Amino acid sequence: MFRKPKRKLYALIFVLPTFAAFCIGFIYPFINGIRLSFFDFKVITKVKDFVGFDNYVKAFQNESFVRSIWYTALFVVVNVVLINLIAFFVAYALTIGIRGSNMYRTVFFMPNLIGGIVLGFIWKKIFGAILVHFGTTLTTNAGWGFWGLVILMCWQQAGYMMIIYIAGFQSVPSDLYEAAKIDGANKRQLLTNVTLPMMMPSITICTFLTLTNSFKLYDQNLVLTGGQPIVDGIPQTELIAHNIVRHYENMKTTAIGQAEGIIFFLIVVVVSLVQLWLTRRKEVQA
Amino acid sequence: MKKTHLKRAAAFLLTALMAGTALAGCGGSSSSKADSDTSSKAESGSKADDASVADLPGDPKAGKVYYLQFKPEQGDAWKALAEKYTKETGIPVTVVTAAEGTYETTLATEMTKTDAPTLFQVNGPVGLSNWSDFCYDLKGTELFANLTSQDYALTDGDAVKGVAYVIESYGIIYNKTLLQKYCDSDFATVKSIDEINSFEKLKTVADEIQANKDALGVKGAFTSAGMDPSSDWRFKTHLANLPIYFEYQDEGITSTDAIKGTYLENYKNMWDLYITDSTANKTQLSTKTGADAETEFIKGEAVFFQNGTWEYGAITEGGLKDEDLGMLPIYIGVGDEANQGLCTGSENYWCVNSEADKNDIAATIDFLNWCVTSETGTTDLAETMGFVIPFKNAKEAKNVFVKIDTDLTAAGKKPVSWNFTTMPSEDWKNGVGSALTQYAAGTGDWDAVKKAFVDGWASEYAKNNG
Repeated sequence: MFRKPKRKLYALIFVLPTFAAFCIGFIYPFINGIRLSFFDFKVITKVKDFVGFDNYVKAFQNESFVRSIWYTALFVVVNVVLINLIAFFVAYALTIGIRGSNMYRTVFFMPNLIGGIVLGFIWKKIFGAILVHFGTTLTTNAGWGFWGLVILMCWQQAGYMMIIYIAGFQSVPSDLYEAAKIDGANKRQLLTNVTLPMMMPSITICTFLTLTNSFKLYDQNLVLTGGQPIVDGIPQTELIAHNIVRHYENMKTTAIGQAEGIIFFLIVVVVSLVQLWLTRRKEVQA
Repeated sequence: MKKTHLKRAAAFLLTALMAGTALAGCGGSSSSKADSDTSSKAESGSKADDASVADLPGDPKAGKVYYLQFKPEQGDAWKALAEKYTKETGIPVTVVTAAEGTYETTLATEMTKTDAPTLFQVNGPVGLSNWSDFCYDLKGTELFANLTSQDYALTDGDAVKGVAYVIESYGIIYNKTLLQKYCDSDFATVKSIDEINSFEKLKTVADEIQANKDALGVKGAFTSAGMDPSSDWRFKTHLANLPIYFEYQDEGITSTDAIKGTYLENYKNMWDLYITDSTANKTQLSTKTGADAETEFIKGEAVFFQNGTWEYGAITEGGLKDEDLGMLPIYIGVGDEANQGLCTGSENYWCVNSEADKNDIAATIDFLNWCVTSETGTTDLAETMGFVIPFKNAKEAKNVFVKIDTDLTAAGKKPVSWNFTTMPSEDWKNGVGSALTQYAAGTGDWDAVKKAFVDGWASEYAKNNG
């Protein structure tokens, strides 16, 4: 009884450095970022006039920004579905006891260890070599650009999600299967009535991760297509993060880029909270 | 009881921290700046520049120089020159070179620091519009007075905001040995290099080289017109300068909010020539890099290579000799072609940070003046860096392309000025570049290029100046 508070005090002291770092590296820039989005500025230490919601209005008036929001939304939907389906079935295949499944697990996980820029360059070469036979390239054909990004993203993320799903499969108690089998359940029924409900926590976390990762994608987009091709001044394969950075880096639209960053933050928060709420509801207790 | 005390203490601590960071957020610039006395002086320094000052605003001996440099090729040479200056005068000079393609962002970041660059660069009028508030008025300084022509200064109203420090030229670099081989061949219509003085002749030569590439041992007349970001500026910016230049000449203007595109047909002809008589397949241009074209030229796989004086170092290091090299003006079939010179101008302007400490401003101006007047400075600029500087004490550069430009000008050819510095934005260039790539690949038509060029100009200009 008497030792407990002391421990808590220690815990607090130990947490402090990390917390301080969190404040310096996250909370302060975040609050300052919100403040900046209401000002006109080019250089963040030489902030000019307070402009209210002007930057936000201008952001929504910008065609390329609005397009990038919808483009990203489409990208996210396709990715969340594809990555989770692939990861789920690969995980399923690797838990039913195929020979060499440990090796396969490692192989599938590997792409995740490579950084986004490097991956982008590697796939740019691969796609280039393939598309040369069709007389086209990623940066001249917006359709290929989109699927290029999707393929790259699936390749990188599926392995990571697979690991989580494998852990999920292994945590389903075998007596549940036994009981279901005794009750006469067939394989499909086992999957839909036992495995899936028991896997909901894994599905929640994987959907969350793929959702946020797809929203935030920047490196791969930058290297693979860089927003090309541009039609009527609007990049056709530009995801929202790339659009924000491009606007922020252009000194004429730095402040607008800042406001776009805040809008982006709000979208991601709302969408991921809704997703968590939706999938959490389906989770069951064993 | 103890528990609640602790909870309270913890809550208090957290709140204090949060409030602390939040407050720091509001006053970020002032609180972080107060810890160094140089920056507090900087505030007063910025006020002083309103008054026009003929003499140096402070004591250079007490100042220091921080140069954020633009050209990656010359990074080391600048560092060496800075060291020599420090040795001679004791004034510390720091040179930092931004990574290729990141100058503006690096500058924006560096400018927020307590020790911001005292010396930075802009690329012309469009670049200046971003940084004009930070440019010290150089009017009345010795540096400005030393310019060979006031045209090399970047002005904003009455104030001299920037000074060009290097004059560069570009055109069509050719491999003299290979071109001579063509002229000597029996299939050649044009029998001497000197005869090539118009688009018609250039096209004839290029077409004949392309048709007989095996006989000449080349892969194409022109190196690949790569549209990778490392190479696309040669076409979306440098080649696009020509139709803009001739239009400006017609209209008697030096910049515009809406381009008409009078000579876009000529731009198209030139682009067609580049992508047809080429080492590379049209559809694959977006994957070709600047290094690809450079290698093709060095290996003798192509005869022509559109590039500039800055390419001299790379080409000669690659093994080509001075006597192998020549440069032709870019003939697009407009105007008095026989008397057209190379495209000559500058997109490198020095600007002194007006927000810097007075002594630092003085030290910076002194340093620049030393660079362009002293024996050591002018020698290094001309020989090590290969620059032609527009200052009275300039030394002659070794660069063979520079000599060609000098000779052409001496022979009465009229240089084409650099008007691409008036292009409305980076997005405009990217739009034109993307349309060119798609036109070449066959996924887009020339109308898209026209649209990006003409309509894009108007909309980008409005966006950035509205």
